[in-house]
Amino acid sequence: MARDFRLPDLGEGLTEAEIVKVLVREGEVIAEDAPLLEVETDKATVEIPSPMSGRVEKIHVEPNQTVKVGQVLVTFADAGAQVAKATPSGKQAADTLDPTRTLAPEPRTTVQDGRARQAAPPEPARAPARPGPVPATPATRRLARELGVDLQAVRATGPGGRVTDDDVLAASGRVVRAPTTAPPRATRAEPVAPAAPGKPLATHVTEPPLPNFEQWGAVERQPLSHLRRTIAERMTLSATVIPHVTHFDRADITELDAIIQRNLETAKARGVTLTLTAFLLKAAALALGEHPTFNASLDAAAGQLIVKRYVHLGVAVATERGLIVPVLRDVDRKPVLDVARELGALAQRVRDGKATLDDLRGGTFTITNIGALGGTGAIPIINYPEVAILGVARARQEPVVREGRIEPRLLLPLSLTFDHRVADGADGARFASAIVRRLERPERLLADW
Amino acid sequence: MVMGDLVREVDVVVVGGGPGGYSAAFRCAELGLETVVVDAGKRLGGACLFEGCIPSKALLHVAAVLGEAERAKEFGVDFGPARVSLDPLRKWKSERVIGKLARGLASVAKAKGVEVVGGRGVFEDARTVRVEGDEPQALKFRHAIVATGSAPARLRGVEASDRVMDSTAALEVPEIPERLLVVGGGYIGLELGQVYAALGSAVTLVEMTDGLLPGADRDLVQWVARRVEKQFAAVRLNARLETLRETSGGVEATIGGAAATFDRVLVAVGRRPLTEGVGLETTRVKKDARGFVEIDARCATAEPRIFAVGDATGEPMLAHRAMRQGKVAAEAIAGHPAAFDNAVVPAVVFTDPEIAWCGLTETQAATEGRAVRVAKFQWAASGRAATLGRSDGVTKLIVDPESGRLLGAGIAGAGAGELIAEAALAVEAALLAEDLALTIHTHPTLSETLMEAAETLLRG
Repeated sequence: MARDFRLPDLGEGLTEAEIVKVLVREGEVIAEDAPLLEVETDKATVEIPSPMSGRVEKIHVEPNQTVKVGQVLVTFADAGAQVAKATPSGKQAADTLDPTRTLAPEPRTTVQDGRARQAAPPEPARAPARPGPVPATPATRRLARELGVDLQAVRATGPGGRVTDDDVLAASGRVVRAPTTAPPRATRAEPVAPAAPGKPLATHVTEPPLPNFEQWGAVERQPLSHLRRTIAERMTLSATVIPHVTHFDRADITELDAIIQRNLETAKARGVTLTLTAFLLKAAALALGEHPTFNASLDAAAGQLIVKRYVHLGVAVATERGLIVPVLRDVDRKPVLDVARELGALAQRVRDGKATLDDLRGGTFTITNIGALGGTGAIPIINYPEVAILGVARARQEPVVREGRIEPRLLLPLSLTFDHRVADGADGARFASAIVRRLERPERLLADW
Repeated sequence: MVMGDLVREVDVVVVGGGPGGYSAAFRCAELGLETVVVDAGKRLGGACLFEGCIPSKALLHVAAVLGEAERAKEFGVDFGPARVSLDPLRKWKSERVIGKLARGLASVAKAKGVEVVGGRGVFEDARTVRVEGDEPQALKFRHAIVATGSAPARLRGVEASDRVMDSTAALEVPEIPERLLVVGGGYIGLELGQVYAALGSAVTLVEMTDGLLPGADRDLVQWVARRVEKQFAAVRLNARLETLRETSGGVEATIGGAAATFDRVLVAVGRRPLTEGVGLETTRVKKDARGFVEIDARCATAEPRIFAVGDATGEPMLAHRAMRQGKVAAEAIAGHPAAFDNAVVPAVVFTDPEIAWCGLTETQAATEGRAVRVAKFQWAASGRAATLGRSDGVTKLIVDPESGRLLGAGIAGAGAGELIAEAALAVEAALLAEDLALTIHTHPTLSETLMEAAETLLRG
């Protein structure tokens, strides 16, 4: 009986991979766990081991081909009892391949992304250029491993040629911690006001060790999922690198809500669920056209602002596994109805874990609508390397004075968080009111103004 | 389903419950990994606790007490002839020492949630360990750690018997033989030879090479060599054991053409890795010509899922190396950037007097043609050594001539095994001899000898 080996779930919304190399030939008899294929996802190049022993009957893929989860890669011919033993249940097959689940990095995983440093296997010990090990304390050597610094290449400033922590930090390109010695003589000679010598800010923050929590009661240690780690790293990056500032506003969406309610059934008949988020996306996309600074990325190294001539909007979607931000393309050029239709399909793909890589990349601005979960407002963290993010809370009926009369109106709290390096408070206020204006004139939204 | 088909999936399977195995398992558990140790005896401790380091040190303590009592005559204290009762001695060793430590390890395992399965662990493939014996089952693992350890090496053509013992058998102290032949002048032969000599045996030691403790610096070894020459009936260097034949009166041994009869023989010719019959051939794990598993700095083998630690991975076959490796392997498995990058694996020979060294030795520097500065401090000049009646020793530092950095140290003398720790820290942390010299050492202690040796370099 022939058995098919299909591309297993890659995790983290990754649903496709590119074949880099085929490592077996048709007719070849291979053992379980022998290297089968090399594939590339946007995280890494991964070698897929064979989930079973047997003879390779047919190879269905070739290099450079993009394959989707579930697609047949290789067909094995029956090789007797061994094949039966190696029933590739979905879970096992996924375990074999899924790079996000491997506790320790497989040495042959080529990490292409600096953020995935944790997954980088340390280099095996190699012949040192100097005789003996590099002089450094064990703690300094560990620091070097953690920062991915080759001790052999570090300039040593310690006594007897010892590499110090500061040498390692300097080699890693990070800020060296405050020197404990007095400032250099030249500084002291300057005629400055008699102030205590300032201590440079430690901008590179190392988390201090945690206390032993068990002294206060029982605890449990839970490993972080790969997605959780990625979120943690990206949020830390954004919150550390970008000076965040937040502007608050409210939009009167009484009319917009009425339009949505009136057309719900009609839209449903056409297979579209009309949601407030679709209108929010449209309003933001049109406002971004007026304020392109917020549809950009800062290239700090080049000292330039990269303004994007396309408007692809990310929408934060809460899934069981964690936060995922799929991207809708060219929202500024699509009618609201199309945006609503695409949004529904995209959110469903994400929740089903079937989003493609293209569904998750290329965003220029992000909207996070936590209204469904309640609350009066939130200050989200910018989705690096974008410039801004719009937070939306729950709309509420509130008394509003209009033309001298108190009227119940539906108000939607908005928060615009943006990169203060790129824009100032006044810019943020103008951009926020451009969004509010559009939400308050829904006929314009429908007409794409 | 038959028992053998029971398949469990766990994060980490550790094959072998010795120091390398249990250190790895404990660290894995601390890092949140579900960990199972497979051990033939269903116990943690391995050769170190049950047939090596611990029982031999217990017996050496007994020998030291006997030695001290003998030396006490020098300052006017005579306890009279010692009477040794083997039953209470064996009971103390197995219950108060080994039993207590074994129970301690078992309770640590329980507290950390490490399960110990009884049986022989055999790899079926790169994902499965089959447990043969008491608790048969198959363990499917994400990662495995080979910690199968080592066993005493055998002499070709020599069968073990009641009278022909290996170190494991000798540690049981079945009797105090009148005439004991020790084959092998390494640390095991010397330590156990001294134990039996202290208990009253007439010990003859045979060593193939031209010196005791091959590999160690001669100026350190000479202190123990002088001692055993007095203590042993005979020390035969450059001598080969030619035949060994059991007779009605004992064991007849031919050494260098001459025959002599002994009541018992201890074969202590080294240890060999236990890497056969473990099913490693079903994986991509590679072994070298001597049977040691090849590993990288993370303790990973050629099979990415399988790690290896301890005696199974090569020299020096020492428990403390295995324990550090175990922690490295566990952290590597948990995804940390761990590496066995230690500059020193200190070594101690628990003879009387003790010999200890760490880092670069003079012998090694000479072999490599490496220029070093050597500083020695003779214990004859140590106040503390004089008060102990133990001036038989020396402390030696090996230093990089350019930087003054400490590269190694060697100590012979009472308590050298404890003293070497300071030197090991200094070498590991790349300290200068100056750092040792400028650190206040308590007076009067033997630790001052490290400071004194370092000071001679500053004066130079």
